[in-house]
Amino acid sequence: MATEILMPALSPTMEEGTLAKWLVKEGDSVSSGDIIAEIETDKATMEFEAVDEGTLGRILISEGTQGVKVNTPIAVLVEEGESAEDIKTEAATTTAPAPEPGPPAQPRDADADKDQEAAPPGSGPGQAGSGSGPSQAEPDWPEGTEMRQQTVRDALRDAMAEEMRGDDDVFLMGEEVGEYQGAYKISQGLLDEFGPKRVIDTPITEHGFTGLAVGAAFGGLKPIVEFMTFNFAMQAMDQIVNSAAKTLYMSGGQMGAPMVFRGPNGAAARVAAQHSQDFAAWFSHIPGLKVAMPYSASDAKGLLKTAIRDPNPVIFLENEILYGKSFDVPVLEDFTLPFGKARIWRTGADVTLVSFGIGMTYALEAAEKLAEDGIDAEVIDLRTLRPMDSAAILESVKKTNRCVTVEEGFPRGSIGNQITALLMEQAFDWLDAPVINCTGKDVPMPYAANLEKHALTSTAEVIEAVRKVTYR
Amino acid sequence: MAARRATKKPNISKDELTQYYRDMLLIRRFEEKAGQLYGMGLIGGFCHLYIGQEAVVVGLEAAAEEGDKRVTSYRDHGHMLACGMDPGGVMAELTGREGGYSKGKGGSMHMFSKEKHFYGGHGIVGAQVPIGAGLAFADRYKENGRVTFTYFGDGAANQGQVYETFNMAALWALPVVFVIENNQYAMGTAQQRSTSTPDLHTRGEAFGIPGEVVDGMDVLAVKTAGEKAVGHCRAGKGPYILEVKTYRYRGHSMSDPAKYRTREEVQKMREERDPIEHVRAMLLEGKHASEEDLKAIDKEIKKVVNDSAEFARESPEPALDELWTDIYAEAR
Ligand SMILES: Cc1ncc(C[n+]2csc(CCOP(=O)(O)OP(=O)(O)O)c2C)c(N)n1
Ligand SMILES: [Mg+2]
Repeated sequence: MATEILMPALSPTMEEGTLAKWLVKEGDSVSSGDIIAEIETDKATMEFEAVDEGTLGRILISEGTQGVKVNTPIAVLVEEGESAEDIKTEAATTTAPAPEPGPPAQPRDADADKDQEAAPPGSGPGQAGSGSGPSQAEPDWPEGTEMRQQTVRDALRDAMAEEMRGDDDVFLMGEEVGEYQGAYKISQGLLDEFGPKRVIDTPITEHGFTGLAVGAAFGGLKPIVEFMTFNFAMQAMDQIVNSAAKTLYMSGGQMGAPMVFRGPNGAAARVAAQHSQDFAAWFSHIPGLKVAMPYSASDAKGLLKTAIRDPNPVIFLENEILYGKSFDVPVLEDFTLPFGKARIWRTGADVTLVSFGIGMTYALEAAEKLAEDGIDAEVIDLRTLRPMDSAAILESVKKTNRCVTVEEGFPRGSIGNQITALLMEQAFDWLDAPVINCTGKDVPMPYAANLEKHALTSTAEVIEAVRKVTYR
Repeated sequence: MAARRATKKPNISKDELTQYYRDMLLIRRFEEKAGQLYGMGLIGGFCHLYIGQEAVVVGLEAAAEEGDKRVTSYRDHGHMLACGMDPGGVMAELTGREGGYSKGKGGSMHMFSKEKHFYGGHGIVGAQVPIGAGLAFADRYKENGRVTFTYFGDGAANQGQVYETFNMAALWALPVVFVIENNQYAMGTAQQRSTSTPDLHTRGEAFGIPGEVVDGMDVLAVKTAGEKAVGHCRAGKGPYILEVKTYRYRGHSMSDPAKYRTREEVQKMREERDPIEHVRAMLLEGKHASEEDLKAIDKEIKKVVNDSAEFARESPEPALDELWTDIYAEAR
């Protein structure tokens, strides 16, 4: 019986890919384990192995095709005695399940969108739902600056490369950052440019290399420590909290730890409880640490450059799902952004949405939908959590009188709780409704697809919260 | 160092050899099926296949007795099948369904079976090592004569908590076999790029823990070494280290582009050192089985695996209120 070969999912976040190359042709016989094609995923080029044996009857998707959705039939395999001519597509048995109802298609790393340069800052394509919202109140770059579409991934890489070019004391260390080019390909090309002295592959020994990097910082260097994901920073928590964060204070200002700890933080896709959590509130708790959590590519770049120059330990929280998203990034010689300055993505009069990191995707999407119903939301991206731009929040809430916070982390002791306390203390008389915190659920992240969706916050939840605080 | 091969003419029964063949084949076919389901989007997230390493866990399980415990990393499907967990329950956990060992809440990396004394399935590299010593601590405390197999990788062997554990395990003579599954790579890092000295079995020397290197592509060699290690533990002499040299054929997980080693290297291992082919040859050469006998076994295993996949697809997704269960235990 003929069997369809389906476009495989080759990474946790892959929804579609490019069929880069066929390594077999029609009529070739293949057996299980043979490499039959090369497929480009969102992260890498992968070899695709045959799982069944037979003869390649027909190729349905030719090489070079982009945007092939997972589970699309790409070829037909026939058994001995059958000929490709016998098969009509309906004759082939498909072993594919109904595709899982995945997350809605996100804007791609779209090179094709380059002609959008004229769009006002803050409304570029790929800005997940920001649509044609009002432009940012105070742009981060001079008017007329040339803009370029770039992924968060490339923006982070450029930030590190620029700072390493400018300062010989800056170096990068972590697991798989060198030869492998980064587990999430953030350090792509850095080993080639800077060599193994400055791009250092470590053993899997987080507590050890973090402590070593703290020592190197005491010794006058400026380490960037990459955690493969922040889940593994838990192994190193003592050195981050007890050594990096406190030494400046304990030494009476004599020595501190000018360094950056960076890596993906928060939920990825289907990787369950030990690999899916947002540590924003945890790190924000610690005096002596600074915490940045960018959403857009320009913020990722500008803030990372600032973080590397900062004379303090900075926790720089990235997000795997945002890595592949494209945004407008200013083409400037040396683009940095100050810590403690929020970005207003949308101005609005009815309610203030405060978010950061991937929470912004929900906040912006909700704001857009609410606008259709005549509810005018102001959307603030905090960008850094410590220091936090309290003034921006207060100013906005004094105007809108209502506030909803959006984050992915657990509800207890959340950033939203912190903002609520701030508003209680300093804007009590301006509030027309209780502040609502939209957060992840108070449960460890489950693996099952349906449960995972419910464990995260959502655009629908944000909209519901806004309706509650606006009584509409 | 050259790993030890089994003696030329092992004194082993036909039934025993056939059983190892069957057990290893089950793991291989199960893993191939899992890879297939992943490609179809039925399994998500990380999925680390055990293909190539089957002889390690099958050999060691042959040295275990009822009641002995085991704990390992995320590369855990083989361990679960080898200790007798139900393939359907394991596969349904991989697809995140109600019929899975963790009701779909744990996934590939986090599965457990109290009944089979399987304590996980751990996603944090190295974290299972002190946990394994703790299981052994409980057994010694209860004086029940049980032994714990604590599996970890060559990469995990560099974590600090491994050495904190070695010290305590030796200090308190804990009945734990530390099984270092040295498949030569930690993700994309070849062992020599991450370890200052290559011999992992000597890593216990400073703590007075004996260790030996074992050919992990030879199930009989693994079994023999396992029996020795277990005997040491049961005699109350404390922990034992086995560095089992093995090889994974597939990528680290499903999303590994595998640019850190050549296709020829993998092919050579497959052709020359395959643990299943090794036993197959022994069965045929020793006239313990005919080609037809083996075909019949293959068919049988294929059916078990297909049934498990069927179950894993049919089993419903967990009910939504499962999101809120198992966070705290009820007071008894
Ligand atoms: C503490 C920690 N750091 C990093 C990781 C990411 N990671 C998962 S597996 C792995 C490689 C482990 O290699 P090894 O111990 O040799 O086991 P193998 O995968 O070869 O079985 C890494 C770095 C992790 N899960 N936990
Ligand atoms: Mg390994």
